[in-house]
Amino acid sequence: MPQIFHRSTNTLSRATIFGAVFVIAALGWVAMEVQRSPYVTYAGVRKPQPVPFSHQHHVTGLGIDCRYCHTSVETSSFAGIPPTKTCMNCHSQIWTNAQLLEPVRASYRSGESLQWTRVNQLPDFVFFNHSIHINKGVGCNTCHGPVDQMPLMYQQQSLQMEWCLDCHRAPQKNLRPREQVFNMRYQQPTSASPVVVDGQAFSDQVELGSMLLRKYNVRGVKDITSCSTCHR
Amino acid sequence: MDEQYKMTVDAERAPVIEPGYTFGTVTEKISAIVLTRPASNGWFVGFGIAFMLTMMMLYAIGYLFLKGIGIWGVTIPIGWGFAIVNFVWWIGIGHAGTLISAILLLLRQSWRNSINRFAEAMTLFAVACAGIFPAIHVGRPWLAYWLFPYPSTMGVWPQFRSPLMWDVFAVSTYATISALFWFMGLIPDFATLRDRSDKPALRMIYGMLSMGWRGSARHWHRYETAYLLLAGLATPLVLSVHTVVSFDFAVGIVPGWHTTIFPPYFVAGAIYSGFAMVLMLAIPIRKIYGLEDFITELHLQNAAKVMLATGLIVAYGYGIEAFMGWYSGDRYDAFTLWNRLHGPYAVLYGALLICNIFIPQVLWIRRLRTSPVALFFASGVILVGMWLERFIIVVVSLHRDFLTSSWGMYYPTRWDWMTYIGTIGMFLAAIFLFVRLLPMISIFEMRTLLPEAEVKAE
Repeated sequence: MPQIFHRSTNTLSRATIFGAVFVIAALGWVAMEVQRSPYVTYAGVRKPQPVPFSHQHHVTGLGIDCRYCHTSVETSSFAGIPPTKTCMNCHSQIWTNAQLLEPVRASYRSGESLQWTRVNQLPDFVFFNHSIHINKGVGCNTCHGPVDQMPLMYQQQSLQMEWCLDCHRAPQKNLRPREQVFNMRYQQPTSASPVVVDGQAFSDQVELGSMLLRKYNVRGVKDITSCSTCHR
Repeated sequence: MDEQYKMTVDAERAPVIEPGYTFGTVTEKISAIVLTRPASNGWFVGFGIAFMLTMMMLYAIGYLFLKGIGIWGVTIPIGWGFAIVNFVWWIGIGHAGTLISAILLLLRQSWRNSINRFAEAMTLFAVACAGIFPAIHVGRPWLAYWLFPYPSTMGVWPQFRSPLMWDVFAVSTYATISALFWFMGLIPDFATLRDRSDKPALRMIYGMLSMGWRGSARHWHRYETAYLLLAGLATPLVLSVHTVVSFDFAVGIVPGWHTTIFPPYFVAGAIYSGFAMVLMLAIPIRKIYGLEDFITELHLQNAAKVMLATGLIVAYGYGIEAFMGWYSGDRYDAFTLWNRLHGPYAVLYGALLICNIFIPQVLWIRRLRTSPVALFFASGVILVGMWLERFIIVVVSLHRDFLTSSWGMYYPTRWDWMTYIGTIGMFLAAIFLFVRLLPMISIFEMRTLLPEAEVKAE
């Protein structure tokens, strides 16, 4: 009987069986990377807006506080999107003829809200509350990134659950004094530039964070990582 | 002629293989079913019906994906209905294959050689049927992969303290080892088919599957070692898989579930139903394909004896459950017992006792134990009984909750039945394909049973 297969089949079959291990491992790795990439999470993606509002200009250039527009951030789950009237406080006086701002004026005239495109979007089954994070010392830019340097708004973090849990499992890594929450230039303490709280200087973030955990009565990790804390 | 062979052809006992065969005739007879025998009209009709039932199952599952679990009869308090009943039933049936192929191999029960191949195939197909149910029962089946521990973006692992999680590992390990064992056993036979086939395409396919098997002494030496190692790996699975399945119930605090007898009694029940399924398949197959010389009266008898023994263990389990209902002094346990006997499902409990305990006792009679027809019907009764057992455990335990306000009844819907009957169709369709495409009896292991295989002293 003649040979069914060419003699190279031996090598080929060994290579494919051995190689399959690596191919499968590589596919798994690619799947993991894609799942965490901006392609899925939209982190860093600038979405089109009706007006190209620049946080960089308004925060860094003009020094406007976050709460001037996002008024309910300290007391409500929702930080609040400003009504057109908030824009018109200034823009009835300055840049009144700018073509760029025509949608704002049109909205003001007609009473129809501007339809902003939401950037930081959590799934509906997550109950996120801004006020508790603000009041326990989580800075705006800890989650939202350097908003004061964003000409166009984008989402800084993946907003995936592993990212939430990263902080909820060790909140001391990120807490800052309550009065520094809205400071976009706040730096975590180092020995060169310690952070002073109640007359006590901290040069280490974990020390500071652990003290703030007690000071602000933050619940234990077991409580804040419980399923029903966020999924009610 | 060797002593052992003489013993097996002893007139008192049916032989493991009828005399008069040689290496060549054994090989010819088994491989001819695959290579030369044309598919009969009966095969096409049987396969067609089984295939249509499979399609019905796919339809029922498709509608389930569209509409959700609400189309089933499950509701509170009976959140576990047909899906779990059928899962446990199928996974139990699979156990006979592993017992036959692994434990009986290690115990050197050479009679297993005639039935291990299709018993293993039956195991695989039964596990495939079983695997469908938990996957479609999770509510959002497209997320069923969440059951596996992988580095997800959720940053959490599955709940390792849940017996349902243990189930995932037990069943997936079981399926993997069974598939490996089955494939390993097939390799020398694939090579036989490759060498005997005259169609180039078949030679290619069987050639690839045989992975370059040449049957050299070195091949055989490594093969035997690997096969024994795999048998050693598979042996604990016979006990562990259904033990873990029983934990699904025993770890819960529901009266009727929360008992330590469950693991051994589940394993015995699994082997009980598994051998019943082996017989239900073997009896028609040996008749249709004229394999009475290979699957002899001895095999039927041995299987019947295993069923008799495991059936008595199961009966003991029922007895202990009833005894503990009284002896524990727990009013909920006592009520569970009373409810089984007098509650709304009492008829099913009675049927269970008749099917699983009373009717199988006819196997004590030698004439019935060796009669294929009687065995076929006894096996059918046992399979029904074992299904009823799982129904009683799941539904009857749940339908009377601790609070009388949440008592309820379970009525399976047509979708439940379509899915269940559909998996039987899928199982049979796979068996139909198997007998046509692969040697249903292990050729090389059959050859070792022949007198030619005995090494003679020089």
